[in-house]
Amino acid sequence: MGSRRRYIFLGLWLVFLMLPIYWLVMMSLKTNQEILSTFSLWPQNLTVDNYIKIFTDPTWYPGYINSTLYVLMNVVISLTVALPAAYAFSRYNFLGDKHLFFWLLTNIMAPPAVFLLPFFELYQSVGLYDTHIAVALAHTLFTVPLAVWILEGFMSGVPKEIDETAYLDGYSWPRFFITIFLPLIRSGVGVTAFFCFMFSWVELLLARTLTSTEAKPIAVTMTRTVSASGLDWGLLATAGVLTLVPGALVIWFVRKHIARGFALGRV
Amino acid sequence: MDKREYQWAWLMVLPVVLIVAFSAIMPLMTVVNYSVQDIFGPDSRFFVGTEWFKEVLRDPALHGALVRQIIFSAAVLFIQIPLGIGLALCMPKKGIGVSFALVLLALPLLVPWNVVGTIWQVFARPDVGLAGVTLNSLGLDYNYTGDSLDAWFTVLVMDVWHWTSLVILLCYAGLQAIPDAFYQAARIDGASRWAVFRYIELPKLKGVLLIAILLRFIFSFRIYAEPFVLTGGGPGNATTFLSQSLTTMAVGQFDLGPAAAFSLVYFLIILLFSYVFYLTILNMDREG
Repeated sequence: MGSRRRYIFLGLWLVFLMLPIYWLVMMSLKTNQEILSTFSLWPQNLTVDNYIKIFTDPTWYPGYINSTLYVLMNVVISLTVALPAAYAFSRYNFLGDKHLFFWLLTNIMAPPAVFLLPFFELYQSVGLYDTHIAVALAHTLFTVPLAVWILEGFMSGVPKEIDETAYLDGYSWPRFFITIFLPLIRSGVGVTAFFCFMFSWVELLLARTLTSTEAKPIAVTMTRTVSASGLDWGLLATAGVLTLVPGALVIWFVRKHIARGFALGRV
Repeated sequence: MDKREYQWAWLMVLPVVLIVAFSAIMPLMTVVNYSVQDIFGPDSRFFVGTEWFKEVLRDPALHGALVRQIIFSAAVLFIQIPLGIGLALCMPKKGIGVSFALVLLALPLLVPWNVVGTIWQVFARPDVGLAGVTLNSLGLDYNYTGDSLDAWFTVLVMDVWHWTSLVILLCYAGLQAIPDAFYQAARIDGASRWAVFRYIELPKLKGVLLIAILLRFIFSFRIYAEPFVLTGGGPGNATTFLSQSLTTMAVGQFDLGPAAAFSLVYFLIILLFSYVFYLTILNMDREG
């Protein structure tokens, strides 16, 4: 394959990826009247009314704050518990380690639909229903095993001699782990945080079930508002565009590590 | 790498075990509990044994959903894996193009799953959508809300749009890890492009490809939000997959017993497939 033909193929693919997003952005800049009456590739009467509507309506932005809050909580919890565990898996043999690892992985595989009802009952019975921490905890079901899996991949890439030298030099484990080991797997930690963010941010079935008003995620606000007021295409598209922004920002920050990150440190 | 035997490592793993057990084992026990009982109210429940399992395994609606699910997952793997490898081979090796392409590729993966449905709804509607209007003006009779085949096609294209990037990124990372010396050796030997792919690139991609297949299988097998928003499982139940049948049963009709039995069967199917994948990965780690 000539390199020109390769780039054309790749370029066409990127165009295919961007077309639906382009259309979404265009729809958000049109009036409903224009959307329904004429068909055009770009807005005839450019309007930002839809954006103004969302930014000035106080029922909208708590959704963003809620989503951000539980996603951040989830990332912090996942990283805190997964870091020592991943170290243990990458460095030591212990009773039942392989089985434990597989058991953790099965939780990534479990369909959220299976846990819908039990989660609802569980969090209601412990009084956490409709709180941010409930959603964050529910999401740890798959983000924690994923974090352990990714971190273990990165940690296995660090030679064991480094640990041994540090211990010989009189470092305690916590001091070694924080001052020497963590900086070595910096990019791995970043990638893991990215993945926890990603899976917590895109998941909605559980987030929707575990919240009603106080911790309602943005994408749920979006669907509910839309179904309540009939189909307001312009507003729907605008809300859609706004949910893309955080994801796009995060990707931009981790772009240098994306490729290796998606291989979960296993190349 | 040989690891040291060290039982105290359990203490490092303990927080993970506790937090995942809270979210996984307790709910799972609730499900098992429901699956063998008939519940009328908080105080009147009866043990029914394997009744619900028999009912679920005989339910023709669920057979339909299972068949559709398997066809869908097979189609997803069949399209996305070769396409992903192909596109990864097209990626530039270095330069400013790389970051740009990577960011664009990763974008669909960061879209909340129900918004993916919304995007495609807006894009494919035959009255207001770019794709819908274009297809119809080309003389094709396309309407995904009315025609089962069109609905299937749309859901599949949507999934390809959403997830192929994952395969591309995995394969791209795998390709990056191949030392230049391999390619130079191949050039000296006068190897054809195909031979380079078959004997150098493909073997090196084995590891990441397994992860790609595993993740794509799992996520396609439990797909819910995207088709739910796009087609609502219709027309009829042409695009109703397992997760949606289950959610309808549990939340819509509140048939707790059968829903719980269904959950367990569903989970076991995924577990079985995944275990096979896991063993394969483990064996490969040992060899390579």
